[in-house]
Amino acid sequence: MTATIGEAAAEQDIFDGAIAADERIEPRDWMPDAYRATLVRQIAQHAHSEIIGMQPESNWITRAPSLRRKAILMAKVQDEAGHGLYLYSAAETLGVRRDELLDKLHAGRQKYSSIFNYPTLTWADVGAIGWLVDGAAIMNQVPLCRCSYGPYARAMVRICKEESFHQRQGYELLLTLSRGTPEQHAMAQDAVNRWWWPSMMMFGPPDDESTHSAQSMAWKIKRHSNDELRQRFVDASAPQAEILGLTLPDPDIRWNEERGHYDSGPIDWTEFWDVLAGNGPCNDQRLTQRREAHENGAWVREAAASYAAKHAAGRGEAAV
Amino acid sequence: MTSAALALGDDALILSHRLGEWAGHAPALEEEVALANIALDLLGQARVLLSMVGDEDELAFLREERAFRNLQLVEQPNGDFAHTIARQLYFSGFQELLYERLAAGDGPFRPLAGKAVKEVAYHRDHAEHWTLRLGDGTAESHARMQRGLAELWRFTGEMFQPVEGLDLDWAGLESVWLERVTEVVERATLTLPEGPRTGAWTAGAGRQGLHTEPFGRMLAEMQHLYRSHPGATW
Repeated sequence: MTATIGEAAAEQDIFDGAIAADERIEPRDWMPDAYRATLVRQIAQHAHSEIIGMQPESNWITRAPSLRRKAILMAKVQDEAGHGLYLYSAAETLGVRRDELLDKLHAGRQKYSSIFNYPTLTWADVGAIGWLVDGAAIMNQVPLCRCSYGPYARAMVRICKEESFHQRQGYELLLTLSRGTPEQHAMAQDAVNRWWWPSMMMFGPPDDESTHSAQSMAWKIKRHSNDELRQRFVDASAPQAEILGLTLPDPDIRWNEERGHYDSGPIDWTEFWDVLAGNGPCNDQRLTQRREAHENGAWVREAAASYAAKHAAGRGEAAV
Repeated sequence: MTSAALALGDDALILSHRLGEWAGHAPALEEEVALANIALDLLGQARVLLSMVGDEDELAFLREERAFRNLQLVEQPNGDFAHTIARQLYFSGFQELLYERLAAGDGPFRPLAGKAVKEVAYHRDHAEHWTLRLGDGTAESHARMQRGLAELWRFTGEMFQPVEGLDLDWAGLESVWLERVTEVVERATLTLPEGPRTGAWTAGAGRQGLHTEPFGRMLAEMQHLYRSHPGATW
């Protein structure tokens, strides 16, 4: 803060050099304020998504139709809480506190992924979330393992391993339903119909409308554009749907020999912006549940803090 | 063996389900992880135990309320966090003693108990630490923890009713349990509840398939999907 203009320029040069050389920026390194702010925003939003993302799935824990599936689902929701913890820790290396980020989430001042504003209406939704939502998340997150900010990149390495496991489990769940009774097959198809387009929207607005993209790519926080990642997702999903024996709800999906990619139909961006603005099917419900969990738990956290303070002296003596 | 496997398996299954209801509602992220972790351990135990009797899913999803053999303690609704912790304190202490003895014996439960006793020691540790924090935390947490202990007290006698097929010194188990729970409760600046722990209704009632009212509702939710698709595999 007391650096002269000359020192600041030198810091900027070192930072630019590190980015150009594909080196990692670490918490104690100098970084531009805007780089720090962008990372805080993105990592916090990512952490919030893990935490809010527990809700649509835990909605089915008590109704899971076999003990094996129930165990898988419980383990997955537990992993998500763990991912949230990694990510809040990564954000904290940038000089913010988990508490203040949670407060911003609860106040609606920081966002989470719009996908979690859709309801899980049948058991098959648990599979569709695993296959499509986790699949889209992985497309987004694997390049983040090479993100220029070290703590975020390292968190993503751990998270991506677990996410790809969840995705395979979701796929296997849908495959079982698809090959099951006619009712189970229909349940699977219905879930894919409802989750396909929201999953496509997880990559964010089209490149020409994405406000943060260019700067994030220059900083090597982001490695690929929204549309590029979306294309990869379509290319991966279309053949997987065929193996599943399910169809994607987009009549325009077909292989384009010339491009070497699948073509797909237009996305309803009105819906995307609506959900983002808080008007999706579950926005209120998700935020209310999160706020209630936090508020109802306040006395527990206060008790833990009070107990720790009372016994801190004793522990200090013991340590000597 | 069958009735003992059902009794222990049902305890684990039902408590696991109750803890699963906490997902997304816990007071801190660390507790989301811890409660789900405990729930998963219990579900793992339930699956082994029920599989000793028959098909785990048919046993879990097709039996009616009167056929379940779990303790009434584990089917009690979660209540607030202190209520849940009180239930955990009472039950995990019992389960640890039980599995220690089964692991040391040479009966059919030895392999399961050998693994489960490590999990249960962690569950007991978690419950004890929270009992201390809540009891010796703030005035509010103290009052809530005391209330949780009091409300569940009357269900604790049932844990020590002999289970057919488990040749144990039940009275000895009970006195060790009582000693340990008393120690923790007092260290937490709380008092052990008074009042009956056994009675015409509570003693052995769950083990005989006589449950409390919230249990049927819990089963309705748990079994609904499985029962809606007879013969389907998932």
